[in-house]
Amino acid sequence: MKTEVTFEGAMRSVTLQLEDELFAIEAESVREILDLMPITRVPNASSFAGGLVNVRGSVVPLVDFRIIFGMERRDLSMDTRVVVIEIDVDGDTLIAALLADKVHDVTDIESASIEAAPKVGMRWPAELIRGIGHYNDEFIVIPDMGRIFSTHGLSGQAHI
Amino acid sequence: MSKTILTVDDSGSIRQMIKMTLSGAGYSVVEAVDGVDGYAKATSMSLAAIVTDLNMPRMNGIEFIKKYRQHPSSRGVPIIFLTTESDESLKQQARAAGATGWIVKPFKQEQLLAVIKKVANA
Amino acid sequence: MTEADPVNTFRLEARELLETLEQGLLDMDADPTNSEVIDAVFRALHTIKGSGAMFGFTAIAEFVHDFETAFDKVRKGLAEVSPDLIRIALAAKDHIALLLEEEDQDPRSGDGILTELSVLVATGTGVQGTVAVVIDKAVEPGAGAGDVTDWRIYFRLGQDALVFGANPLLLLRELQDLGACDVTVDIGAVPTLSSLDPEKSFLAWEVILRGCASREAIEDVFMFIRDDMELELAPLDQQVKGAEEAVDPAAQKTLALAPAEQLAKSDNRTAAGGGSSLRVPAERLDDLMDRVGELVIAQERLNQLAHASDDVNLKAVAEEMGRLSAGLRDTTMGIRMVQIGTLFGRFRRLVHDLSSELGKDIDFVTIGEDTELDKTMIEQLADPLVHLIRNAVDHGLESAEARREAGKPARGTVRLSAFYTGAEVAISVSDDGAGLDPARIRAKAEESGLLAPDAPIDENALLRMIFHPGFSTAKEITSLSGRGVGMDVVKRTIDGLRGAIDVSTVKGEGSTITLRLPLTLAIVDGMLIRVGKERYSIPLAAVEECVELPAAVAHGSKNRSFLNIRGSLVPYLRLRDLFGVEGPPDTHPKVVIVSSGDIRVGLVVDQILGNTQTVIKQLSKLHSEVKTFSGATILGDGTIALILDIMNLVDFGQKIDARDTKLGRAA
Repeated sequence: MKTEVTFEGAMRSVTLQLEDELFAIEAESVREILDLMPITRVPNASSFAGGLVNVRGSVVPLVDFRIIFGMERRDLSMDTRVVVIEIDVDGDTLIAALLADKVHDVTDIESASIEAAPKVGMRWPAELIRGIGHYNDEFIVIPDMGRIFSTHGLSGQAHI
Repeated sequence: MSKTILTVDDSGSIRQMIKMTLSGAGYSVVEAVDGVDGYAKATSMSLAAIVTDLNMPRMNGIEFIKKYRQHPSSRGVPIIFLTTESDESLKQQARAAGATGWIVKPFKQEQLLAVIKKVANA
Repeated sequence: MTEADPVNTFRLEARELLETLEQGLLDMDADPTNSEVIDAVFRALHTIKGSGAMFGFTAIAEFVHDFETAFDKVRKGLAEVSPDLIRIALAAKDHIALLLEEEDQDPRSGDGILTELSVLVATGTGVQGTVAVVIDKAVEPGAGAGDVTDWRIYFRLGQDALVFGANPLLLLRELQDLGACDVTVDIGAVPTLSSLDPEKSFLAWEVILRGCASREAIEDVFMFIRDDMELELAPLDQQVKGAEEAVDPAAQKTLALAPAEQLAKSDNRTAAGGGSSLRVPAERLDDLMDRVGELVIAQERLNQLAHASDDVNLKAVAEEMGRLSAGLRDTTMGIRMVQIGTLFGRFRRLVHDLSSELGKDIDFVTIGEDTELDKTMIEQLADPLVHLIRNAVDHGLESAEARREAGKPARGTVRLSAFYTGAEVAISVSDDGAGLDPARIRAKAEESGLLAPDAPIDENALLRMIFHPGFSTAKEITSLSGRGVGMDVVKRTIDGLRGAIDVSTVKGEGSTITLRLPLTLAIVDGMLIRVGKERYSIPLAAVEECVELPAAVAHGSKNRSFLNIRGSLVPYLRLRDLFGVEGPPDTHPKVVIVSSGDIRVGLVVDQILGNTQTVIKQLSKLHSEVKTFSGATILGDGTIALILDIMNLVDFGQKIDARDTKLGRAA
């Protein structure tokens, strides 16, 4: 199995874009990628998980990574996609829908190219990142999904 | 009127016994070794009656009767099934599938003839 | 049966079957659960038995019959395939081979094998004797005539009789063989030509049979079709009486019942218990409930379409579907209901252990074991009830000496009861102990920093302090309770089940803690309301009434939030403010008066959209902090509406109110 920054060989990932940053989500945890559907706002919820969407008859929380990575909230566009992920959080399976400005493709990110996130000099919280990889000569952020979604990881992050 | 009777049984000795009995009474007898064979033969000829076992490999008697009754050529053809079971529900299953009557094993030649006479108009 | 040919054929055949049997048994040894192999073994036995009896091998037929009976249990999964079973079955096979080759064996020589076999598969029934060598009753015309002379026979075949090969002509011929017949056809049941199915049989015949035929002989004519037909049979001179003897309708129903019987039979294979109950894996029930939930949602969509349409037929179908799906929903929920008595049983042991551990004599009384609750709820209630019962025994009941001093019987009583109240089930744990001491609770609450010294608090709120995390009033910490974990866990569990807890206590007489729970977790009836552009569902059980928001209030200040509802002051909350909805409110807002426990409150909404069946979907843990909603539901158009949690909403409203008052501005 993997540790925080080392991956066996390569990490098969879905690459998505928020503003001009690229993110890699482990392909194994991605269930499907959908066009934007109607969103139900959850009053008084954190802006990180401010809504709900209907994914094939299930009520799934909609999360916006912009909030934790300190980006501006932006109006949803035609390109906006919803990436449905299934991850393990504190021993429970969590299904969530992730907003993305664009979804690029599925690719292998060489583990050799992955570096630990620098502890300083970053515009986002280092503890929520597993590493930084290289993809088409660009940096790609590998978020630590477990940390982000565990309530512990969220506290203090949700309202940035 | 057809004088042909089809006997469907996986036991060769039973088929042989039925064939001897019915040939002696003037019927011509066609043999089939299980439900699949029986269905193929039954739907390709004009029959006076069918005598079938229930317990057979591949397609059992109940399935055979049910399937055959869905074929247009089965209309009005009497089907006698052989059973060792005193089990009433098995009889009901077979009748619901479309069987006409039954004979309980072991039976004697005269009994087989009496039943055939009872149901077959030939 | 003396022709040599078939007998020799049988011998050859039997040898082959025994070979198949042996291979099958060895395969079973290697793969005991392979049902195909077991079926093949069974079929081989069955054929040996049937043919053996046909050709005079009575000893084989009898032996194999018992062998088969034993194996039937294996086939039905009632007995296990074990190496011992295979060993003895192989010995049985050898014995059959012996009987086949040497006919003059001692008929009892196989008994040892059969006994061993029956012991191995024993499930209570021993080996039954011999195969019934059935001698079919031959038709005996004219036999046993007695003094009866003429018969009136009236018969009508089943509609499928002709297709299934029955031939009325042959039946009439057979009757004629019994004596002279006058035959009349009854065409009364033949439908009009336009609706006539030429393959169905509609005719009936009346036959006056003269001579001295016996009743048995006549009945034998109809032996194959007896169960699927109408038959009246009476001596001619007793015609009137005979008509009453007409085959009872039950006989005609036999056929229709047959599939159900089959079902019942196959049930026996999976059902471990007896009686008419059926054991089903819980996941299947959950699946079923999910499907029904989806159906209810789809039905809601159909309803909306029908509502918006002028099509009378569509409306009728929608209505019919509504009834059917509501029925299906109720039935399905009924299947999920489990008697709470299944839970009560295990507490007996708990009280017994507590009693000896604490040295307190206790009468444990349970009431309402047959009260039913959704099975998921029953499972989740176990732990909270353990806590409550422990508390009642440990803290509630005094020591025997203290009881005697108080003039009470030394033996204390703990009562566990369940009963229905409206759409809820109440489960209460009560004791006849000392009762909760408000002063001690207060002291403890102040000590734990839960309550400011001298802060005013009503008794009910004070009693509820015991549900705060970290709160405990036990003077000594025992091994059983009093560690401050427990009551808060109880509260959290009950909240999760959308239930409520009431506490009542009388000093010196005891206390009662009552859990009030909805009957089911899966579906509730909801009132759909609109606030701004958003839609929410309010559990209908909580709704008392709906009123217009008086214009003066609607445009008045936000601070004084009371409505006069028939003389009583009801506080109200504007959901717009609570939920931070933007945009101007509707000109004619409505107020939905809801209640939860003792609290009654008005919720100001923009519009009431109507009632819907609400399939509750739990919110994920990402929204566990958002207490104002108990879940969400999918509406007919596929969008999601949140379901209000009334009690938490009221709490939240009060906090907002307090904050606003403090800050002196609106939220």
